[in-house]
Amino acid sequence: MMPLLEIDNLQVGFDTEAGLLRAVDGVSMSVAAGQTLGLVGESGCGKSVTAASVLRLVPSPPGVMLGGAIRFDGQDILKLPRDALQQLRGREIAMVFQDPMTSLNPVFTIERQLWEVLSLRFGLDRAAARQRAAEMLRTVGIADPEARLAVYPHELSGGMKQRVMIAMALLCEPRLLIADEPTTALDVTVQAQILHLMRELQRKTGTALLFITHDMGVIAEMCDAVVVMYAGRVVERRPVVELFEAPRHPYTRGLLDSIPRKGVAHKAELPTIEGTVPSLLHPPPGCRFADRCRHHAALDVVSQRRCREQDPVLRADGSGDGEGWVACHFPMAAAVGGGT
Amino acid sequence: MSLSDGRSGRGRHVTGVSGTPLLEVEDLHKHYPVRGGVWSRQLGSIRAVAGVSFQVLKGQTLGLVGESGCGKSTLGRTLMRLEEPTAGRVRFEGRDLAAARGAELLSLRREIQMVFQDPYSSLNPRMTVGEIVREPLVVHGIGRKAEQVQRVRALFETVGLAADAMSRYPSEFSGGQRQRIGVARALALNPKLVIADEPVSALDVSVQSQVLNLMVRLQRERGLTYVFISHDLSVVEHVSDAVAIMYLGRIVEQGPVDRIFGQPAHPYTRALMQAIPSTNPRQRRETVPLQGETPSPTATPPGCVFSSRCPLATDACRVAMPALEAISAADDPARRHVVACVRRDEIGAWPQRAAVAA
Repeated sequence: MMPLLEIDNLQVGFDTEAGLLRAVDGVSMSVAAGQTLGLVGESGCGKSVTAASVLRLVPSPPGVMLGGAIRFDGQDILKLPRDALQQLRGREIAMVFQDPMTSLNPVFTIERQLWEVLSLRFGLDRAAARQRAAEMLRTVGIADPEARLAVYPHELSGGMKQRVMIAMALLCEPRLLIADEPTTALDVTVQAQILHLMRELQRKTGTALLFITHDMGVIAEMCDAVVVMYAGRVVERRPVVELFEAPRHPYTRGLLDSIPRKGVAHKAELPTIEGTVPSLLHPPPGCRFADRCRHHAALDVVSQRRCREQDPVLRADGSGDGEGWVACHFPMAAAVGGGT
Repeated sequence: MSLSDGRSGRGRHVTGVSGTPLLEVEDLHKHYPVRGGVWSRQLGSIRAVAGVSFQVLKGQTLGLVGESGCGKSTLGRTLMRLEEPTAGRVRFEGRDLAAARGAELLSLRREIQMVFQDPYSSLNPRMTVGEIVREPLVVHGIGRKAEQVQRVRALFETVGLAADAMSRYPSEFSGGQRQRIGVARALALNPKLVIADEPVSALDVSVQSQVLNLMVRLQRERGLTYVFISHDLSVVEHVSDAVAIMYLGRIVEQGPVDRIFGQPAHPYTRALMQAIPSTNPRQRRETVPLQGETPSPTATPPGCVFSSRCPLATDACRVAMPALEAISAADDPARRHVVACVRRDEIGAWPQRAAVAA
């Protein structure tokens, strides 16, 4: 399928006092209509910067676009003139953040903000917009939506603000929805409601979803395919079932192993990933995970040198119907009888 | 007080002391006044902790679980006497902590220490981490400076930090290292009970497992007792011996970890279990376990606090908050399972978690 969004060798840096920090260093991925792609990794891996780049929301300065392309429906977003970009934002592409106040304006009522979206996108008048907005608030699980339209954001609970922001994103019926940790600040029972809602709406509208999270449970619940990032790079991409059952990058394996899961003995020692992420001011040559890699230590000297000196390229490894990609010189064994 | 580093506890058989309560909490309340009007009259009160009773056995971990606003953090702080209880009794090794004053309170405070959620804001940025860990010894006037420094050095080794880290500042450490420093500080006075309030919630998963391993090892080596406050059920299941589930200031269910996770008896516990995303993409949820949000603690529903969201609730549920009642053979305190629900026999009617493959 022709991808709706295609990120191609994206490189984003930040000017710091200590020099240029390469937060995103050659990242590629694509999402098709109706598909949900999960983007997972730990703090500082570059997942949020990648997401923000799609809407050119990385503040500059200090942010610097160093290279690459982001194609939405064939056109390069990074080269679009400002007004054409405005046409895309909130119409074709919408974004939901962890902190709802990033999207909500504190000085306007909920109705005013939702009306603005609807008049821009569909040219609705106030009465028609009001009706659509109330319907959407009810759909995202807000009781008594007519009354809620009249209030200001601060009068709502955190969970409700999050729902209003999601309602706002969905009202524009975007072709692409980017969600950056949209449920991380919510209680698990409310998170379950929001995730369910996003899936339902995707089923109806065929929206492509780029879902950024550090929570492997949410990834398992939501995504068709998953991209794992580490230190500004993509280290693995795979259909979701294969990623969980037969990851081939040692970092992915380590991430999955460190979560206490069913089957892990009570109070047993959990596997850990020792060490820390390398500095992105002066990233090491070769594999960026080598320092922390459990498999690296077991290799012979020649192989170890290869990890240290040669940058592993992200390449298809023949699994997952050609959808499995890994950036490792010595990937872990492929699954036996895996797959959907 | 001796300056031994507490290793005398190593090898203590936790099973040998099972059944002896270290901490007993009885009908504990913490209310906050709500003021307003012209003279700031008291209009009502927020009952953050509204009649909580439980016990923690020596050498065990009690997991305290609930969603935001359920009162679990207030409960932790009240146990530490960082908040004054409004009513109720807290007995620590038989001594009444809630009524203790002066020297007795000071000595009790040595026995109970706390680890906080945010390793970024709970350490003073202007002190070296060595000074931070030594501070409790200084405050309690224990040992001379040289002895204190020696003890801090041993504590750093215990939590897996290099001794030369002592002269550095908190900003030079990662989140996981800072949480190790927080643990070292909590252990400085060689406490018997550690209250850990979301100790790993701010950490990345790979670092989270390091801190959990450290806490489990320290418990094994020193016979420590933990109250482990968390909203993360998979972490709680891993580290806890017993689990208490809180909702709107009350404990609605408490029991051994295998029973709480295997046969949850309260509808809210069941909803929580079903709300955790499965880490198996072949078993996705198709149903949403609960609608709506936890009501504000200023507007608790009449009767059972969970009745406004409970799919099993009937009119009988809206009359009075049910008391915790035993649903297991209660002879062995370690196997005690209690639940506060008048409809507990109907729990079989609770909708099963429907699953779909990815």
